[in-house]
Amino acid sequence: MISLKGFITRFLSDPVAIGAGSVLLILVLMAILAPFLAPQNPYDLMQLDIMDSEMPPSWKPGGDERFLLGTDAQGRGVLSTIMYGTGISLLIGIGAVIVQGVLGVTLGLIAGYRGGWIDAFLMRLADIQMSLSTLMIAIIVLAIFQAAFDANTYADYAIFMLIVIIGVAEWPKFARTVRSSVLGEKSKEYVDAARVIGLPPRKIMVTHILPNTLTPVLVISTIQVAEAIMTEAALSFLGLGMPTDRPSLGSLIRSGFEFIFSGSWWITLYPAIVLVVLILALNLLGDWLRDVLNPKLRRGDD
Amino acid sequence: MTDAIVETKGIEVRFPLPTHFLAREKPVLHALNGVDIAIQPGESFCVVGESGCGKTTLGRTIMGLQSPTAGEIYFNGQRIDQMDEAARKPIRRDMQMVFQNPYASLNPRRNVFETLAEPIRHLMPEKTGPEVRAQVEEVLAATGCDPSWQRKLPHEFSGGQRQRIAIARALVTNPAFIVADEPISALDVSIQAQILNLLDDLQAERGLTYLFITHDLSVVEHFGTRVAVMYLGRVMELAETDTLFSAPKHPYTRLLLDAIPKIEGGSFDNPREPGELPDPVNMPPGCPFAPRCPMAEARCRTERPELRTLDNGTQAACHFAE
Amino acid sequence: MAMLEIKDLHVAFPKGKKSEVEALRGVNLTLEKGERLGVVGESGAGKSMLAFAILNLIAEPGRVSQGSIAFHGENLLELSERDIRSIRGNRISMIFQDPMVTLNPVLSIGTQMVETLKAHRRISDAEARKLCIAKLKEVAIPSAESRLDAYPHELSGGLRQRVVIAIALLTDPELIIADEPTTALDVTIQAEIMALILKLCRDKDVALILITHDLGVVAEVTERIMIMYAGLCVETGATQQIIQAPHHPYSAGLLKALPQFAGRGTRLYQIPGSMPPITALPPGCAYHPRCERATDMCKAQIPPLEHGCACFHPLDQTEAAS
Repeated sequence: MISLKGFITRFLSDPVAIGAGSVLLILVLMAILAPFLAPQNPYDLMQLDIMDSEMPPSWKPGGDERFLLGTDAQGRGVLSTIMYGTGISLLIGIGAVIVQGVLGVTLGLIAGYRGGWIDAFLMRLADIQMSLSTLMIAIIVLAIFQAAFDANTYADYAIFMLIVIIGVAEWPKFARTVRSSVLGEKSKEYVDAARVIGLPPRKIMVTHILPNTLTPVLVISTIQVAEAIMTEAALSFLGLGMPTDRPSLGSLIRSGFEFIFSGSWWITLYPAIVLVVLILALNLLGDWLRDVLNPKLRRGDD
Repeated sequence: MTDAIVETKGIEVRFPLPTHFLAREKPVLHALNGVDIAIQPGESFCVVGESGCGKTTLGRTIMGLQSPTAGEIYFNGQRIDQMDEAARKPIRRDMQMVFQNPYASLNPRRNVFETLAEPIRHLMPEKTGPEVRAQVEEVLAATGCDPSWQRKLPHEFSGGQRQRIAIARALVTNPAFIVADEPISALDVSIQAQILNLLDDLQAERGLTYLFITHDLSVVEHFGTRVAVMYLGRVMELAETDTLFSAPKHPYTRLLLDAIPKIEGGSFDNPREPGELPDPVNMPPGCPFAPRCPMAEARCRTERPELRTLDNGTQAACHFAE
Repeated sequence: MAMLEIKDLHVAFPKGKKSEVEALRGVNLTLEKGERLGVVGESGAGKSMLAFAILNLIAEPGRVSQGSIAFHGENLLELSERDIRSIRGNRISMIFQDPMVTLNPVLSIGTQMVETLKAHRRISDAEARKLCIAKLKEVAIPSAESRLDAYPHELSGGLRQRVVIAIALLTDPELIIADEPTTALDVTIQAEIMALILKLCRDKDVALILITHDLGVVAEVTERIMIMYAGLCVETGATQQIIQAPHHPYSAGLLKALPQFAGRGTRLYQIPGSMPPITALPPGCAYHPRCERATDMCKAQIPPLEHGCACFHPLDQTEAAS
């Protein structure tokens, strides 16, 4: 067990953690405060001017100082779309992980504590789910969804659909992690002590075992957010994710991709850099968390 | 002896061993094979034996952590092994358990107050908030814990302090009967005496009855009123402590006594033959101790001796005990 | 010249970025050929650290910060890793608590024994096997020839520890360091193993450092005893002399706390509190907060080890003997 104070001390003594943490903080703040910070509102069609399209970054010849990182084909400022797009990517990533977590932790807890055929059934279900690639499921479901509804309905529900699909497809990761730590905790004597009192199994699972399995959940959550953002970006790149008028980082990269050869590289490059930085920061933070929270790897006095 | 506080009649516990689900044979581990004990109120009834003898399973079965495959368990004359949870709830107040490892028996994420308040809240729902607090403080004081510990987490305490907290948790509902499963074997020597004295004091103050499970005969000699010596799921000898130490009847008891290192030295001077437990899955038909027994004869390998009462009141499961 | 001579040994571990804490705070020890020494202490007293230091096996980030360890006059701390390997496992052998640490689970016992032997001797496989069988017979392993092809998991705990002892004896060492060799074993098996170690040491004139928390085992097996507390030796001398008449209040308290010494129904003597962790040692004598004889002097200065006892107020002859 690590105290909050020890945790902060560890964080402040690790340059990688500070770096990753502050990059993430900046990106998150940027996304949340986008409506106040962004030079333009890319969703507001009134602000768009087709005459502004495909302008290079402001320091290049032909650039405009209103658009620091240039504009895309519809005349939206790349900086503004990145700010809004990061928000959408993060929203989908975090939302999907919440769905994964709730499903996975619940099923993992039940499988681990109950054991027997329930465990066998849930874990085989997890195996089947894992053998179907997330991307494949998402492509099929989204393609059907896109074909079945008109573009406006699709645009309205795209975020929700992406969250649910990525969430449901990845629950086995949480379920397996939780199940294995439940198996470890279940044999400890404090669980026996709770059974001696006569607490019902549901209460033992939720109030005794669950809190002691959350450490690994926290670690994989960070890495899964990165994973979900990547999945969403890949789907958007394939044209199955967010529509271009409410772009995520993935759809921004896609929308600029066709202009790379006409010389407008900035439309793709800048969102791509932000995506890479965001994923890297999340992964570094996840690795760091795993090291800090794993008592076997920890040394010293905390 | 009908006024026993806890009585077991022929309890058996068998664990199916994990196999492939299509396997034809389903091997079974016999953890307990027909154990009859009756614990009188106010006793410190000790169960000794080596690992695999079933002593821990016996304690866990009495506490309901393990359901017996066969046999009956009584508490104050009431049969408890088949009770449903609602009927058992009032009895749980009166039966509590102290575990071996104080590092695992306290939930690492709960502070001392939460750990101690939980049994009261669950088993005595009529208690109000201030009454719960008063009861927790009373039991902390009784077990030598500082009242300031209440808001601390288990990792802030040493092993001995944790075991005091675990004892406090067992006592918080004012039970009459406590199963103590190797409560001192995970502790340092200087702490063991503290915990044994605490258990003694609490027994005197509260009239507790103990089922004390241990592998250490020198603790039994100091602490126990009666002793059951177990071997491979069976009681081999059951006697008053003094009688057991002065006149051990079963050859296994003698082997155990002989194995205690003596502080005066000299008893390890002669080499001993390696003795091994037989496989508890495929038990030999006769006396389970026969393969290690210096007195064993042909009869021991075919006919299992039953526990019988000898002239001095000791019960022993040996053909040759007298 | 003594076979092993340790002078002022300090072992330090980093604490935070700049400071260090000492797990051993200046230990002196001499051991003659064939002498059997028991090192006794509670967990955290530094007794295992001493064993690891002798074998140059202190795990990173710990280090020997001061002192010398001379084996036949040669300082082990100054040897190269290559030279130390010709001593470790060859002239000094080690027996650990858990035999599975020493034995590789995927290699047969014969393979492991032959490997150990060939690492230190030029010897043919056939000769090595013959020698291994002889050693297995020496430790009374039944049907030694066939056991050579067995894997560690096929043996019981007692037999595994016998195999570990056989491996420790393979190279005819001058010194065996046994770190809690029987803690993981049952009492009857402990008696067998300790009796075996005692016999082998006597027969072959091998010196023994037995690290344990069990005073009974020390009394049975060793001639000399060293009692450690918080990284220092607090009392040392002939085993029976100290057991009968300890001078240091800690040794006396430990002995009095044993249930063997208290009659039934009487309270055990208890040392209050618990040993401080090495990160939070009190100034002066580390034992003073628990000691009933402590004075202001004890709080200010660390008592030096004089006449085998590190105490300003040792028990005198009459007090010690009672």
